[in-house]
Amino acid sequence: MTKYIIRRLLYMIPVLLGVSLIIFILFKLVSGDPTAVLLGKNATAKQMADLREQLGLNKSLWLQYLDVVKSAFTFDFGYSWSTKQEISKMILQGAYPSLCLSVPAFVISTVLSLLISLVVAYYRGKGIDLFIRVFCIAGMSISALAYILFFQWFFAFKLGWFEISGFEAEFPFVISYIALPAIIWIVLSIGPDVRFFRTVILDEIYQDYVRTARAKGLPEVTILLRHVLRNALIPIITYVVIQIPSLILGALLLENFFSIPGLGGMTLNALNSSDFPVMKAMAILSSVGYIIFGLLSDILYTLADPRIKFN
Amino acid sequence: MKSNSLWKDAFYRLSKDKLALCALFIVVIYFLVAVMSGAGWIASSWSQEVGASNLAPSLDHLFGTDIFGRSVFQKLIRGTQVAMSVGVAAAVIAIPIGVILGALAGYFGGWVDDFVTWLYTTFSSVPNIMLLISITLILGKGIFSVYVALGATSWVNLCRLIRGEVMKHKEREYVQAAGAIGGGHFRKLFRHILPNVGHIIIINTSMQFQVAIKSEVILSYLGLGVQGEPSWGTMIDDAKLELVRGVWWQLAGATIAMFLILLAFNILGDALRDALDPKLKGK
Repeated sequence: MTKYIIRRLLYMIPVLLGVSLIIFILFKLVSGDPTAVLLGKNATAKQMADLREQLGLNKSLWLQYLDVVKSAFTFDFGYSWSTKQEISKMILQGAYPSLCLSVPAFVISTVLSLLISLVVAYYRGKGIDLFIRVFCIAGMSISALAYILFFQWFFAFKLGWFEISGFEAEFPFVISYIALPAIIWIVLSIGPDVRFFRTVILDEIYQDYVRTARAKGLPEVTILLRHVLRNALIPIITYVVIQIPSLILGALLLENFFSIPGLGGMTLNALNSSDFPVMKAMAILSSVGYIIFGLLSDILYTLADPRIKFN
Repeated sequence: MKSNSLWKDAFYRLSKDKLALCALFIVVIYFLVAVMSGAGWIASSWSQEVGASNLAPSLDHLFGTDIFGRSVFQKLIRGTQVAMSVGVAAAVIAIPIGVILGALAGYFGGWVDDFVTWLYTTFSSVPNIMLLISITLILGKGIFSVYVALGATSWVNLCRLIRGEVMKHKEREYVQAAGAIGGGHFRKLFRHILPNVGHIIIINTSMQFQVAIKSEVILSYLGLGVQGEPSWGTMIDDAKLELVRGVWWQLAGATIAMFLILLAFNILGDALRDALDPKLKGK
């Protein structure tokens, strides 16, 4: 077991090097020689040479690649081109609004989806099961953009129940800004979540141990909660853990529409102003998150399920 | 008892599934519309004024007109062409890469497998949206970049699935038999194993198609997709400002157009999986 975890930890190294390589190649190709863009038309050759030195563009490609790898560990991403701020500071500032939105939304949507899928599994094959399945597939077939636009227009603009956009960090006020995007997040994730959870739960329901429990005379609800759910939780937990890094990035589109000054909005602003260092930083940060939580999810899976062999 | 081949059996099962047939019908219609629009037979004059600005839907203009007095219905048709072409292009790029890498990794194992596994783990570690945005930035805004970006992201899943399935098959008796009568690696892999894992390509493609359509709409909305042509994404972008003035038909049109094709692919994907891969039934 320990051996397995160590091997998985070591495997992070080549993956991280690979991710850095992809990001390095992509952004090397996009940015080209940024000095002309940064200094404007009237730059002297000396200014351009100085800036190139400062940005580390005179180093060999190999050393520039190592800088990318290093930033994945030190989180030192340099400075933004458009705001001239230190990127690691910008990320720290943006993390709070992002998490304000994503954490409650994620927790509520996961719990709600799990409850719905338990109900659906209990009434499997009956009308309510069919209804919720159709509802999920239909809900998943509507574009996220359409949900956001319609909800913002209807609930915030037309009915005035929520703030149309903006953000305030103070506790009671934050709710009026966060509630609507959080509701949209929940609506968006319920479809795929319920579909996955339902499948996992139904996979367990037809197992022999469930038949034994039923033969013993246990009530269906007890079987569902005490036997089935416990076994179904293994894939459900790994599914949930693997989504955690996306919370850091927040919801790109939601933050953009509701002008929440989080990391997702920051990424899109960087995209619109061709602020490559910020985009590169977000790409590295989110990839590192994916790698770490992917590993965590694998380890949890093996811990929870003793049937899995470590070879 | 007469036994049918997997494909015949799957076809029979699909033909009994009325819902799946409806979904297939919708998909075929969308493809036809896309091809006819691409050939210039319909909606070729989408950029011309057909009436006053921002007309509400009526019998003359089914989905109304946009701010320049252009027919929203014709724009939807052009958007269909864009969306379907993105799905096809992503599949055309992703299938050869995913199948060949996955098959080689699963069949040969060893360092080939290590390399391919590393490659797709690496690719899947960069969040898709960041990869999509970066690739479209490099290649310049436009539909071609969207094709490449989606192709580059959608081979990963297929490659993983094919690798796993080929690994299972390579030890089976029929492959050993093919080896015993003198078949080489190439023959065993491409003549014997691949036809037996081919259904995975079909199932996966029908799932990836809707991911491609959704991604195209978001990229176009962000201004990275088609330029100077209508797309469902740019229409939704327009609607962002129009909705406040009560002009809802561009949003409604684009949403309905997307809803029907995504719903059809969702249903078809499930039906294909049930029909072609009975072991996975219900998953």
